[in-house]
Amino acid sequence: MIQDFLFQAFAASAILGAVIMVTRRNPVSAVIFLVGVFFATSGMFLMLDAHYIAAINVILYGGAIMVLFLFVLMLLNLGHADWRDLRGPVGGLIGGSISIAFLGVLTRLFVGGTDARPVVEIAGSALREAAAEQGVVGVVARPLFTEYTIVLEVTGVLLLVSIVGTILLARRERT
Amino acid sequence: MSEAGLAGALGLNGLIALFVSAILFSIGVIGVLLRRNAIIVFMCVELMLNAANLSLVAFSRMHGIEGQIFVFFVMAVAAAEAAVGLAIIIAIFRHYEVVDLDRFRLLKW
Repeated sequence: MIQDFLFQAFAASAILGAVIMVTRRNPVSAVIFLVGVFFATSGMFLMLDAHYIAAINVILYGGAIMVLFLFVLMLLNLGHADWRDLRGPVGGLIGGSISIAFLGVLTRLFVGGTDARPVVEIAGSALREAAAEQGVVGVVARPLFTEYTIVLEVTGVLLLVSIVGTILLARRERT
Repeated sequence: MSEAGLAGALGLNGLIALFVSAILFSIGVIGVLLRRNAIIVFMCVELMLNAANLSLVAFSRMHGIEGQIFVFFVMAVAAAEAAVGLAIIIAIFRHYEVVDLDRFRLLKW
């Protein structure tokens, strides 16, 4: 009961925060509201029995990535509102219609698309039992390090490449 | 019928999570199309990735733990993408002294 209420409160605050974030002219307040959205989605992850995902969502998205954004905003001295930032009514009409088309397609997909194949009811209870048995991290880590080892290694290479690329791109060239 | 089946398999909260994910994704699309500030466009892309993560987690209650593994990899790729993208924005800012997307027209016709 209280969990359902909390979940719906998190859902409402995620949507509200996203709307506010898109309409803020000041980039710094947009960053702050996006952090709020990430916290709300983390709460939703928690209620959906994805405890580890909720934790790394707060640490990685809400912490690391948003601090990176804020750092770049401060570094480039862009923390002030710019009146040219929002596009005019024509752009708003085009953007709004494309995004409403996206919303319609996604809703149709989510509501009508799953009767193509039988729904296996593993549901939250099985995940919860597995988490109680193997631990919240273990239930994610075990398939990650057995079935998906190669993918994990490739992801490590990707992160290494992105580190090298970042240093290469952001370095000031000296002639 | 299909809605009742989905709600039965996911629970009401799972269904709400799917709709919130669709709405957050659409808000991200609006942001990408509506804003000119490259950093805010980038933040809207992060919002869209987070919305996709939300639907993956909601479906992982129905189909098993693989959805959460996908979320893990999506987050790793998002971190790499944020680092490289912000480096590109810094490099462009050094050149143009501005992060307005309409001013970058070297590859536009």
